[in-house]
Amino acid sequence: MSTATRPSIDEVWDWLAQIPDPEIPVISLVDLGIIRDVQWQGDTLIVTVTPTYSGCPATSVINFEIERELRERGIESLELKRQLSPAWTTDWISAEGREKLRGYGIAPPVDGTAADGALQGRIDRLAGRSRLVVECPRCGSENTERVSQFGSTPCKASYRCKDCLEPFDYFKCI
Amino acid sequence: MPSLPDMATPDAAARAQEQAAGQTARPEDTAPEMRAALFEGLLRLGDNTLILGHRVSEWCGHAPVLEEDIALANTALDMIGQTQLWLGLAGEVEGQGRSADDLAYLRDVWDMRNLLLVERPNGDFGATLMRQFLFDAWHLPMLKALMRSSDQRIADIAEKASKEVSYHLERSTDLVVRLGDGTRESHARMQAALDDIWPYTGEMFIGDGHDAHLAEAGIMPTPESLRTEWDAYVDAVLREATLKRPEGDFAHKGGRQGTHTEHLGFILAEMQWLQRAYPGAKW
Repeated sequence: MSTATRPSIDEVWDWLAQIPDPEIPVISLVDLGIIRDVQWQGDTLIVTVTPTYSGCPATSVINFEIERELRERGIESLELKRQLSPAWTTDWISAEGREKLRGYGIAPPVDGTAADGALQGRIDRLAGRSRLVVECPRCGSENTERVSQFGSTPCKASYRCKDCLEPFDYFKCI
Repeated sequence: MPSLPDMATPDAAARAQEQAAGQTARPEDTAPEMRAALFEGLLRLGDNTLILGHRVSEWCGHAPVLEEDIALANTALDMIGQTQLWLGLAGEVEGQGRSADDLAYLRDVWDMRNLLLVERPNGDFGATLMRQFLFDAWHLPMLKALMRSSDQRIADIAEKASKEVSYHLERSTDLVVRLGDGTRESHARMQAALDDIWPYTGEMFIGDGHDAHLAEAGIMPTPESLRTEWDAYVDAVLREATLKRPEGDFAHKGGRQGTHTEHLGFILAEMQWLQRAYPGAKW
């Protein structure tokens, strides 16, 4: 592919924004905030991806999907780069992505409530003084409770709404 | 379907080639004893999460309630993911072309460098959580210290892992308090688990020559330096859980140097048999 015919960076971002997350297909990889950089180095397209959780089995599927999509679009020389730092945070999920999550029945992350290991945060949680209020994605009630800190995937926790009584997933802050 | 690309394992073969060509200066390239110490240090980190991750995964389908089953499986998954990063880097540092999978599946008992604590049998649900709590309370400060490592590759992995381990510690703390300060039965079981596991905690804080080497270069903290924070946190949680900290500081040790209890061989037999029976098998 010569420099004259290669697609623009914006175009590549648009393509990547059409690839759904394999486990939560309602949001795209770009919405999820895991594509950190796209650039041409000569004739090679370099896409930098950061994993959500280090053991998430979706990571290799995600790389596979990126490669397949870009190859189908005619990219011949492609390199996927893994970036660990800065580590992925749910703060990078786009506003649009958050609305899509809610519409899908998953409460989006409440920013600034990650368990960062700071002692005060741990003490507060231990003493039940956590400031985390998760809104029910179905009825909007704030009267909800955590059932388990983990859910169907590493990135989620299990919650229950005490008003509409529905169980739901919360995309936990990390 | 072609096999999935694996970006979690650094390209150990390419790295070995690069090294042979004399490119870049990394700690392992400075002196043979530094390479050995760094390789050992990384195996110790990766083998802890590998063996504990495997142990915890044994609960899959057996936990007392569905939510706990899922939580245990997710915790195990995080640890296996961290293992891939640590052992991947270990292979890169070693420079012999071994991948994370080679190191996980093709080493024998005497080559494993995990703490004896993590190979302890699961026991009941309470004992599993107690072991997890005592490990997490060490693991998080360890990772926080590694985030300041002079080796950027280590700092990056620690940054990633510390986010996950913060959740592990929060969960194991919560459950130790709830079960310890729970019914008479759950309290008795948690105290028994604590008494049983306690002699295996001291090993986390006993350093050797490799540790001294790594600490001197600012790559990893000395094991001893993590003791104060662990003690303070564990004491506070045990008080909250109405559990009594066992007396005495006798420590079973040797795991970090490759001398293990009889339990590790059984874990490896189950974990490694497929790669041993069908070398290089992929799906």
